Amino acid sequence: MNKIDDILSRYREGSHENLIPILQDVQEAEGYLTESAIVRIGGFLRMSTTKIYGLATFYDQFRFIPAGRVHMRICNGTTCFINGSGAVVTAVREALGIEPGQTTRDGRFSYELTACQGGCNEGPVVCTGENYHTRVRPEDVPELVSKLKALADTR
Amino acid sequence: MQFTIEVNNKSIRAEKGETILSALNRNGIIIPTLCRMAEFTPTGACRMCVVEVEGRDRLVTACSAPVEEWMKIKTHSPRVIRARKTIVELLLSNHPDDCLYCDRNLDCELQRLSAEMQVRERRIRGSKIKPRRDQSSPAIVRELSKCILCGRCLRVCEEVVTATSIDFIGRGRYTHVGPAMDRDFNFSSCIHCGQCVLVCPTGALHEKHYLSEVQEQLSKGDVTRVIQYSPLVPYALAEELGVKYNRDFDRLLNAALRKTGFDRIFLSGTGTDILITELTDAVLSARSKNDRKPLIVSACPAWVKYCEQFLPELLPMLSTLKTPQQISGAIIKSVVPVSDDRSRVYTVSVTPCTAMKFEARRDSMTRKGISDIDTVLTVRELARLIVLYGIDITNIDPEPADEPMALRSSASLLAESAGGITESVLRSLAARIGEKGAEKPALKKLRNAGNFRETIVTACGESYSVAVVDGLKGLARIRQMIESGAKYDLIEVMACPGGCVNGGGMLPAGSREAVKQRSRFIWQTDDQEAVRGPEQSASVADLYGRVFDQCSELSDKKLFHTHFSRREVLL
Repeated sequence: MNKIDDILSRYREGSHENLIPILQDVQEAEGYLTESAIVRIGGFLRMSTTKIYGLATFYDQFRFIPAGRVHMRICNGTTCFINGSGAVVTAVREALGIEPGQTTRDGRFSYELTACQGGCNEGPVVCTGENYHTRVRPEDVPELVSKLKALADTR
Repeated sequence: MQFTIEVNNKSIRAEKGETILSALNRNGIIIPTLCRMAEFTPTGACRMCVVEVEGRDRLVTACSAPVEEWMKIKTHSPRVIRARKTIVELLLSNHPDDCLYCDRNLDCELQRLSAEMQVRERRIRGSKIKPRRDQSSPAIVRELSKCILCGRCLRVCEEVVTATSIDFIGRGRYTHVGPAMDRDFNFSSCIHCGQCVLVCPTGALHEKHYLSEVQEQLSKGDVTRVIQYSPLVPYALAEELGVKYNRDFDRLLNAALRKTGFDRIFLSGTGTDILITELTDAVLSARSKNDRKPLIVSACPAWVKYCEQFLPELLPMLSTLKTPQQISGAIIKSVVPVSDDRSRVYTVSVTPCTAMKFEARRDSMTRKGISDIDTVLTVRELARLIVLYGIDITNIDPEPADEPMALRSSASLLAESAGGITESVLRSLAARIGEKGAEKPALKKLRNAGNFRETIVTACGESYSVAVVDGLKGLARIRQMIESGAKYDLIEVMACPGGCVNGGGMLPAGSREAVKQRSRFIWQTDDQEAVRGPEQSASVADLYGRVFDQCSELSDKKLFHTHFSRREVLL
């Protein structure tokens, strides 16, 4: 809870306009938005948690469950899509058994679909933190996943 | 300032500053609306009300656009009609189409619009909304597949009720309406007032039905079935059934309920009379102890839950008295059972309220696991029961209710309008200390408009200061007043604006004026009736003078009290 108090101390109490920056800071610090954090922010900004949750769910950037130790961002921009990102997503879904935005039970993986990441000439692009995997084909996915599994186990 | 605009090639007069819609409506032109609610800031979100304005490329929403002098408007051109029809068709494209099985069948705004727009075929096919039915609340059911996202419920919840328990969740085609963290209602700060139910255009939000439970009990052989109804119910039922109300209707209802199969019929109004008597006692005893802490009325179960969640610091001032329904329930389950077998007595209460459904389930409203009130029905449900059992209420002979709760004073009817309990208590107080009729002008103030009212009444040299919060928005004012040092003897809070006359279980009133009309009926009746206070009521005299003394459980009146505590929900 201390981390959240730290964040809130940088903002003015009751200042509704700071809701999004606060949510971003909290997610940065904790990895996702916990229920207790939302309640705490609601008290600080004198705002209903219903409103905060309603707003946060409007934006893709906010998560309400912890991300996996490896978080894959699959580009779903126009060029990657034309180059077959849909099939890649299907392959990832099959390999991990989860939907975008969810996290595997073992906590190793999560993935999301993103707008264009700017690697159009090398698409479809899958980004895992600092690494970019380019020209990913659906048949590459099982190998990629097992490589990332090893990476997840080191974290 | 008035000016002339051209509508459909004819001139009409319009007022500067009003919306196109209001100018049209005043001149006999009806424009369909959907997300619009009277007395709310228009949003223009649903676009049902579009009209064509010459010189503008795009269609204009009549509900939100101000009328201007140069305007030439077409309200029903082919383009406008096509646009409106398409909107309805799009709303229907992902709708479940189970009208025949829907709670709001024949009473649905979407159905009506679809008929008005002559939608006769499915032109647009979308994937249906995933069914999700939230039945976790004892009072309100949420059916997400029927929601058309008009946003009326969440605006009422935020702007009128101030609980802000529901909001839009998600985005795009995943958008739906729900409480914080997408939980179900039972975890939320919902106070069950039912104001959202009143404004929902479809069957997405409706009260939880208990009619099958009632039917089952009505068909049993070895149960004593007792029903009680609030003072407003006969009038509200006439409204709901579409028949003309007259003074005899109360007794017609008694006959109808007997025909449905109820063995005993009691008036919740007698419970209200007891509440008024006890509240008067409390105010007088606080005065004699020189206790200047205000006593806050706890007769509105939605307000009580609101207080437990949002204002726990006020709980010590909240009167511990139960609501009239539960006071009557405690008496019924003490007096009616033969050889103390409470489980053989089945009690139903009919109210204009949805929060009472929640209240009857509270822990302190049961004794040894048996509820004082088993089932709570809204006026709408009672109307359905009467229709289901084929009773022609206009064609039966009137009958009286049953002793010991057969009579009510007009003060108990008064309590159904916001400020009425306070007025009744002040009247009783004056009568008790021998003053003939409390000062009328001072009391009249309690019937004013607005969400906060206060008045001071002097009786026998003592002055009593009271305040009424009519709709929870008025809480802000009373807080200010208390912070600035105002002292009150009695504070009445009603969650629904206008009081029970605008309750979640009533026929939707639609406007503040229609709510006021119901209050006017109450005030008129109050002027005409002979028994105007609990001290004149024979039922109250009999209960206090005989029944309570004969029944060991009731003699100390502990059963009329309950306790409240801080409630942890997602605020």
